[in-house]
Amino acid sequence: MARARKSLALAAIFVAALTPAFADEAPSPMPTPFIPRGKGDHCVRDNAFMRRYHMVMLKAQRDDTVHEGERGGDFSIKACVTCHAVNGSDGQPVGYSDPKHFCRSCHAYASVSIDCFECHSSKPSLKAKAAEAAPPPDDGDVAALNAYLREARP
Amino acid sequence: MTPLIRDEDRPGHDRRGFLRAAGAFAATVLAPGVTLYAFGAPGDSAAAPGAPASSAKRWGMLIDVSKCGDGCVACVTACKEENGWGESGDPRTGAQWIRKVSIRDPKTGWSADLPLMCQHCADPPCAEVCPTGASFKRADGIVLVDKHICIGCRYCMMACPYKARSFVHEPIDDQKPNAPRGKGTVESCTLCVARVDAGLKPACVDACSAKAGGAMMFGDLNDPGSDIAKAVKAKASAAIRSDLGLDPGVRYQNL
Repeated sequence: MARARKSLALAAIFVAALTPAFADEAPSPMPTPFIPRGKGDHCVRDNAFMRRYHMVMLKAQRDDTVHEGERGGDFSIKACVTCHAVNGSDGQPVGYSDPKHFCRSCHAYASVSIDCFECHSSKPSLKAKAAEAAPPPDDGDVAALNAYLREARP
Repeated sequence: MTPLIRDEDRPGHDRRGFLRAAGAFAATVLAPGVTLYAFGAPGDSAAAPGAPASSAKRWGMLIDVSKCGDGCVACVTACKEENGWGESGDPRTGAQWIRKVSIRDPKTGWSADLPLMCQHCADPPCAEVCPTGASFKRADGIVLVDKHICIGCRYCMMACPYKARSFVHEPIDDQKPNAPRGKGTVESCTLCVARVDAGLKPACVDACSAKAGGAMMFGDLNDPGSDIAKAVKAKASAAIRSDLGLDPGVRYQNL
């Protein structure tokens, strides 16, 4: 019992000694990805929706675009890399090979490899205009899409 | 062959198709008990940006061989610039979306130069042999490769009588945003599909009229009022390898 008390005291001293070293760090020891801010006020949908469903929406729109020739949808990979472009030290947008690239920073963190940029350009088009303000996301719209996606992808 | 990717496998495809069809159906109540129903989108003959490819159109090209200059490569250069391809330096592996071909009649000595690219056949043999459905013809007649499902088997390259397709052998970066290309997939002339969907003409046609003899004409073969439809009606034109009955969308005059 005495030994247990002694080790408890030692542990308390140890923690107290280490605390100042951690004082200015984030409270959670969990590392977080570096997520650069995109252009404009918000994405085409809210963040939670985009985090969960961006891959599904990209895939659905890619089929519509390639096979049906439907262009101008919200979920275009060109729009992703244009709004979320990150400039490198030379002031030019970086490509997927740079760890600062928007898609790469999160995908490397989550350890999910993507093939998109083996064919698609990971940089904005030179002619791409600055991101135009998208309409504000409508909660009812998002709920409907969520319901639709649950139904389409059980 | 029926493509292995079925419509119902694609998320929401049927539902959206239904909604689109519902949207194209308009009913106007003229008076109580008198209702005017209209089907189909109005003004379908114009290239409407954002609208899906319509089977009412058949995009085609007419090349006047007599106006095509010997050794002129304005169309090839414009295509390289627009779509970001170039010869690799090795003739066995270099991409070739469009090339200049010299032809000569050995009997008479008559010779000509002409550009040759994907002929956008109405019955494309490449799509016929494709095992995954990656080679396909759009509703408006543009023959494309869906590189997302291309497995790089190159059957289509063997099936194409025009040798219009190339295989990407090396990793690529810095692609053009409108022309995704990648190692392990087959590619060919897309008729600059992104430009056409935006209401523009293919880059080769624009370059030929701006910098060369204006030998190339682009338009909707199905629209009797279009320049190309009038031109093919007014004067005989020929399809290369017409004996195969593939009904190419690219036709040649003065050949």
